[in-house]
Amino acid sequence: MTTTAQSKTKSRADTNLRQYMMLLILVLIILFFQVITGGKLLNPMNVSNIIFQNAYVVILAAGMLMCILTGGNIDLSVGSVVAFICACAGTFIITWKWNPYLSMVLCLGIAILIGMWQGFWIAYGRIPPFIMTLAGMLLFRGLTLMILNGLTLAPFPAQFLKFSTGFVFDSDPLQTLLNPFGLRNATSLAIGVLLAAAFIALQITGYIKRRSKGYEVESPLSLILKTLLIAAAAIALFYTLGQYRGVPTVLITLGIILLVYSFITSNTVMGRHLYALGGNEKAARLSGVKTKFLMFLAYTNMAFLSGVAGLVFAARLNSASPQAGQGFEMDAIAACFIGGASAYGGIGTVGGALIGALIMGVLNNGMSIYGLDSNLQQVIKGSVLFIAVAFDVVSKQRLLTPLIDRAKGMFSGRSRASNEAA
Amino acid sequence: MPKRLLEMNGITKEFPGVKALNNVSLHVGAGEIHGVVGENGAGKSTLMNVLSGVYPHGSYSGGFLFDGEECRFRSIRDSEEKGIVIIHQELALVPYLSIAENMYLGNERQRNGVIRWDETYDSAEKHMRLVGVSENPHTLIRDVSLGKQQLIEIAKALSKNVRLLILDEPTSSLNERDAQHLLDLLLEFKRTRGLTSIIISHKLNEIAYVTDKITIIRDGATVETLDKQTDDVSEDRIIRGMVGRDMSQRYPPRAQCIKADDALEISGWNVHHPLYTERKVVDDVSIRVRSGEVVGVYGLIGAGRSEMAMSVFGKTYGVHITGTVKKHGKQINPDTIPHAIKLGFAYITEDRKGDGLVLSNSILRNMTLARMDRVSKYGVIDNDSERSSAVEYKDRLNVKAPNVNQLVGNLSGGNQQKVLLGKWIFAQPDILMLDEPTRGVDVGAKYEIYKIINELAEQGKAVLMISSELPEILGMCDRVYVMHEGRLLAEYPIAEATQESIMRVILQTNHEEGEAS
Repeated sequence: MTTTAQSKTKSRADTNLRQYMMLLILVLIILFFQVITGGKLLNPMNVSNIIFQNAYVVILAAGMLMCILTGGNIDLSVGSVVAFICACAGTFIITWKWNPYLSMVLCLGIAILIGMWQGFWIAYGRIPPFIMTLAGMLLFRGLTLMILNGLTLAPFPAQFLKFSTGFVFDSDPLQTLLNPFGLRNATSLAIGVLLAAAFIALQITGYIKRRSKGYEVESPLSLILKTLLIAAAAIALFYTLGQYRGVPTVLITLGIILLVYSFITSNTVMGRHLYALGGNEKAARLSGVKTKFLMFLAYTNMAFLSGVAGLVFAARLNSASPQAGQGFEMDAIAACFIGGASAYGGIGTVGGALIGALIMGVLNNGMSIYGLDSNLQQVIKGSVLFIAVAFDVVSKQRLLTPLIDRAKGMFSGRSRASNEAA
Repeated sequence: MPKRLLEMNGITKEFPGVKALNNVSLHVGAGEIHGVVGENGAGKSTLMNVLSGVYPHGSYSGGFLFDGEECRFRSIRDSEEKGIVIIHQELALVPYLSIAENMYLGNERQRNGVIRWDETYDSAEKHMRLVGVSENPHTLIRDVSLGKQQLIEIAKALSKNVRLLILDEPTSSLNERDAQHLLDLLLEFKRTRGLTSIIISHKLNEIAYVTDKITIIRDGATVETLDKQTDDVSEDRIIRGMVGRDMSQRYPPRAQCIKADDALEISGWNVHHPLYTERKVVDDVSIRVRSGEVVGVYGLIGAGRSEMAMSVFGKTYGVHITGTVKKHGKQINPDTIPHAIKLGFAYITEDRKGDGLVLSNSILRNMTLARMDRVSKYGVIDNDSERSSAVEYKDRLNVKAPNVNQLVGNLSGGNQQKVLLGKWIFAQPDILMLDEPTRGVDVGAKYEIYKIINELAEQGKAVLMISSELPEILGMCDRVYVMHEGRLLAEYPIAEATQESIMRVILQTNHEEGEAS
């Protein structure tokens, strides 16, 4: 009994270790490119760039994770929906000169309708998601081409752009106060410090609360170490951003989306039901989980986030182009799987998807700065995805153990045969 | 004394942290039927996996002789070459292939990679006749009953020139008649062909009926081998060996607690098959269960028992459902699962892995899944109250696991069943419908589950227990309904029910139907 208990706690430590592993790999990749690009990677302007470049992937990955959690289902229409929303925004704002704010709300409404259409057929019509969204991928790409007539619309007015390409304002009093740090934008550092303080406070109160109620708690040393590391990383990030133009507004959008979706997945009944649905659909249904409705919600939500990503992307390019969003679905899917989501559903976290997206983003950016051949870049990204997933599968299923045993058996068998021959 | 066909000596197999087998020996004589019994997790399956080459030579210590020859299997293929064939509890047949295709799967009648279909079907038919299956070999497996699928597995083994047949829980999903047929077939093959077999089973009456010798394994070690000729092989004797103590009481006593009112009353209940909608699966069934009463529903497989329970529980099964459901005399309509749960129903499925538990989730997450509203507010989960609830129910049901974060998939069958029960007790139902609550659960855990059922009844819950094991029904229930082919045949107070009377009423109906048609 004690031996089994020990082995089980050990296997749990393994799972935790695997989660930290991806974070460690991200840090290693960052350090690697920081060195080979001669420090250009973490240059303030480039950090800002990485955020702009990858905002849409992170947004899409959060949505894609919900779809994958329902049972390894993916949404292939994402890139086309992004393009379609870009085209709608372009038509409303540039061609028809509508109010940008109203147009943005309208675009998100259209995105939700698209999601409801696809979600309805997937959840209630029982069309496999792969096929339904493949149809959507073709359909909305075609509609985009029709709306734009194959042309690119540009430029957008400043009101539209500031939501996704702007920076959080600088304030004079803060500037004076934080003058010694020599920042171009002092608000950034203030935000970073506030966030770090809030995070530390939350961790400490949570720890005290859990311990007073007599629950299992981690060792204080590892908690302090972890908390301080994360807080320091946050301050460092915002300090770096402050050295350039400050906190990009899109980072706030991102932060809100990540917080909301990790809260949904980890702390709400709906999130719990999502994991149960992906883990065992029949058991979930017999437990009173509204499985079809959840499926419908996951795909509606995916299209909604595609709409958000579409607006962010249109603003970043400052144009609505018929080729926008090509291949975005693959980036989002890759981010989720690199971040540890299971291809069978029921396993995965928003934090993991974020790490996955950042690994891909930093790789992209680092290889470009280094000036690596773009063909080779694809090969490397493909390999990273493969290695991440293969690593996960092997460590989970102990795939190699029987193979190794077998090789040993063959070896001993052969040596016996040669002995006999001799 | 007959020649020994198999001699396993000092087998020890370790997994990281666990010694699954510790110096186990098993000796099987040629032409004998040898029973292997033990509680779940005692190491029976591990031993068979060593024997059949699933665990290759070198991954365990000790050795074994087959037909006087030392064996060092590297894979299942090696053991099959010697004529050792294992039939697993979960049948390995492909539903959309024909019987004959399944029989020669991996062992195709072929020349240069081209399948010789005539030979395949001819020889499949020949082997099917041996086991008494008269279906056309072109029939798809999915159209064949579970009992016949089991026989087809045996035919498949015969087609491989089997010398030692290993059957792992061969009758666990069969009804009594099919089970009896299968056991008689084994005896016949022993007589006519001298076939040696090893049978692993929890059903001790079957073991006692069919075997010549019985080896008992407990906690990864051989306890003893009983010889039917010389030793006492009564069920009680075997159980004593398995659990290491006397189980004088296999069914715990229950305080009388039946109240007068009908907690559940189903009347005129009809359910049609979801695909073949003209077929009635449940035909005009009326039953009632009082508060504090445990009512059994007995029947052969296909009697429509689970279908009835599932159709009441949120119309989970079937179409064109008619009839009325009353709870404490008030008519209700539990037409969706969330609604049924709210009305105080719980249906505890017979297939805990397939549709009962989320194996990739923790004990904690499974415990609360059916009633998240008890640990959440406005859709947000209160982690603390959820954790304390899960710990409370884990302790209450005596689930053996270090903590509630353990994945349910890592637990043994008995502990999984306890988690499943805990999950539905947490849902605070008034009416529990238990479908085969002790299937595939070892003797010790069975007793604990019976105790839980008694507690529920004593708390005034109405319990409807569907079971295929008559002793369990007779030992646990206050009243029993007998169902057959969708219809209610009889109702007995438990004092008047005996195994014989119940089986007789079922067999008589079969007989009458035979005459009518």
